[in-house]
Amino acid sequence: MSTVPAAIPSSWATRLPRRGHIGMLSLVAAESAIFSIFIVAYIYYIGKSLSGPTPRQILVVPVFGTVCLLSSSLTIHLAVTGLRKGRARVFKAFWAITAALGAIFLTGTALDWRRMIYKLGFTIRTNLFGTTYYSLVGLHAFHVTVGFIMLAIVLIFALAGKVRQEHAEKCEALSIYWHFVDAVWVVVFTVVYIVGR
Amino acid sequence: MAPDSMPIARALSLPRSERKPWLEVLHEWVITVDHKKIGVMYVLYGLLFMVAGGIEATLMRIQLAVPEARFVSPQVFNRLFTMHGTTMIFFVAMPILFGFANYLVPLMIGARDMAFPRLNAFSFWMTAFGGLLLYFSYVGGAGVYGAGSAPSFGWWAYAPLTSPAFARGHSTDFWTLALLVSGVGTVGFGVNTVATILCMRCPGMKLTKMPLLVWLNLVMGGMLFFTISPLTAAQLMLMIDRYLGGHFFDTQAGGKATLWMHFFWIFGHPEVYVLIIPAFAFLSEIVPVFSRKAIFGYPIMVAATVGIGFISFGVWAHHLYTIDMPSYGQAFFVGMSLAIAVPTGIKIFNWLATMWGGKIWLATPMLFCVGFLFQFLIAGLTGVILANAPFDWQLGNSYFVVAHFHYVIVGGILFALFGAFYYWFPKVTGRMMDETLGKWHFWLFVIGFHLTFDPMHIAGILGMPRRIWTYQPGHGWAIWNMISTFGVFVQATAILIFVFNLIHSYLQGAQAGDDPWDAWTLEWSTSSPPPPYNFAVIPEVKSRRPLWDLKHPEDPDWQYE
Repeated sequence: MSTVPAAIPSSWATRLPRRGHIGMLSLVAAESAIFSIFIVAYIYYIGKSLSGPTPRQILVVPVFGTVCLLSSSLTIHLAVTGLRKGRARVFKAFWAITAALGAIFLTGTALDWRRMIYKLGFTIRTNLFGTTYYSLVGLHAFHVTVGFIMLAIVLIFALAGKVRQEHAEKCEALSIYWHFVDAVWVVVFTVVYIVGR
Repeated sequence: MAPDSMPIARALSLPRSERKPWLEVLHEWVITVDHKKIGVMYVLYGLLFMVAGGIEATLMRIQLAVPEARFVSPQVFNRLFTMHGTTMIFFVAMPILFGFANYLVPLMIGARDMAFPRLNAFSFWMTAFGGLLLYFSYVGGAGVYGAGSAPSFGWWAYAPLTSPAFARGHSTDFWTLALLVSGVGTVGFGVNTVATILCMRCPGMKLTKMPLLVWLNLVMGGMLFFTISPLTAAQLMLMIDRYLGGHFFDTQAGGKATLWMHFFWIFGHPEVYVLIIPAFAFLSEIVPVFSRKAIFGYPIMVAATVGIGFISFGVWAHHLYTIDMPSYGQAFFVGMSLAIAVPTGIKIFNWLATMWGGKIWLATPMLFCVGFLFQFLIAGLTGVILANAPFDWQLGNSYFVVAHFHYVIVGGILFALFGAFYYWFPKVTGRMMDETLGKWHFWLFVIGFHLTFDPMHIAGILGMPRRIWTYQPGHGWAIWNMISTFGVFVQATAILIFVFNLIHSYLQGAQAGDDPWDAWTLEWSTSSPPPPYNFAVIPEVKSRRPLWDLKHPEDPDWQYE
């Protein structure tokens, strides 16, 4: 099949959106629908538990973790901008910071859950609040974990010197996912720690 | 028209490959990432499950043929209607429609493959695996309690029938896992379709120049994100309830069973439009070609489809008029459900206007499309009737509802699908389907369809509830049920003729050539079957009917569009 003439004229190709972006945005759309359903269930069940404990007795607002996660949106943006300009060291530094901030957030969640589960005995079975809380926050934490794994893989490649300017588009697609995870946290945080308390 | 007058996209003439050993062929199909092979696998897989779902339907109809029959036990009957519904929606209708989209979209936009070929293969195998999981429940569903086999709570699985207390054993787990797994495949397909259509079009194919089939599949692909994902979320909640002891749908702990109903139908109703929009897409390609006219009202068709896409997310609670819902809620959903009939009606009028004054050629694909127009109209009208809450209070959960949605799915979607089979079979295999057998298939299926589903309206109005295992004589239902059951056998005969026609034509059909219907979209410009790379030279288009422009250089479409 080497005789097949090479593809589309570049003037046309540049007018079309990039498939990595569209693919990731589509995934984000589908994920946002999943989150919407969990958020609706959370809001619908606020104050409907038949037994304690209540959110006010249990929840500690994760200020530090939230600040870390939200600022990681800025650092990943700086990383991708750096890569697009071909500044590999800027990319590596900011990418590593992004991954670290994600890890801090996850550690914060893990410690918080350990406190609630082992010290307070509050689990997903305890009451309706426990079911909705652990599923919604857990669903988000799962997405952060997936994002962190992807960030870490790219970081390993970057440290090995394999991520170059031409990969900026792919890293940008990944950054769309990461921005989405951050944006969802804004909603989850508002619902769980402000409205629901 | 001489073949040489079509400079775009002639396939390179490669030497015909030798016959390969079957193991090698199988291996080739399993590892393939070619959108055409994956499309064919989707379709064959769907047809396989159609046999299973059809047998389930036939068994149910035999049980209901006469009052107080004892053909199957009530437990088996419950499993049959659950498996029939789940199978037909998730493992027949969706895979076959996705298969056609997979095969046709890249060809119609002049691309060599989907945007993400490996994701495409992944999506197919996830869907396939989901179907196997569902049917494995017949074997593995008993679980440690020895209770249950296949799930038996109906395809919408209302809580609390799915709670551990009522659904013992693992049948519910198989059901929920099957839908979750196939849902992942479906969303993957949606991502791929949207990315392909937006990013892989050939030069000149602006959004306003895309064939309608591509436009409609774009809308359908976009809808999948907001249709399937709520179901995925609801399945996750059900799993949390069943495996981790959660309380989402546990009324003992303050949970609400009605929440599941809402979540399910937030999926369930847009899903109907996910299925019907590809059927609309087939009509929008077949009707113009067999009327020898360009489609009437292209921009309005696109706008109506997008309109249906949006409105379809605001109609779900018309399935729930009989649960506690405030009157303004009912009024809202009545209004939305009536509103969605408007863009749908526009489409029907546009197809009629396309046929108006055309030189209509009633080959088998067109026959099925004309059948669609009649039956889908009636299906839509009974839909408008049921959308009215007071009427629904009377007829909700009756056989009238069963008749209505089978009119949509069989009389509408399946008829359009059969039309698509006859229309694109020559492209896929290089051979024509037999016209005589096709006419037999069409007429027997029309007769069987009406014998089966028309009487159900009457049985429903006479008060026969759906999902009953048997009934007593003296209600006046018996004769209608007898006719329905008879109709099923007529339909089954028609389906057998269809399957025979598929196999017979594949082996011995007349050679089709590249463009047997003298059609206008890009898939007919390449060879039949198309080579793995689709187009030797990526085509360049100027209008919605690129092949018309080539065949009629003196009067090309782009002068008018």
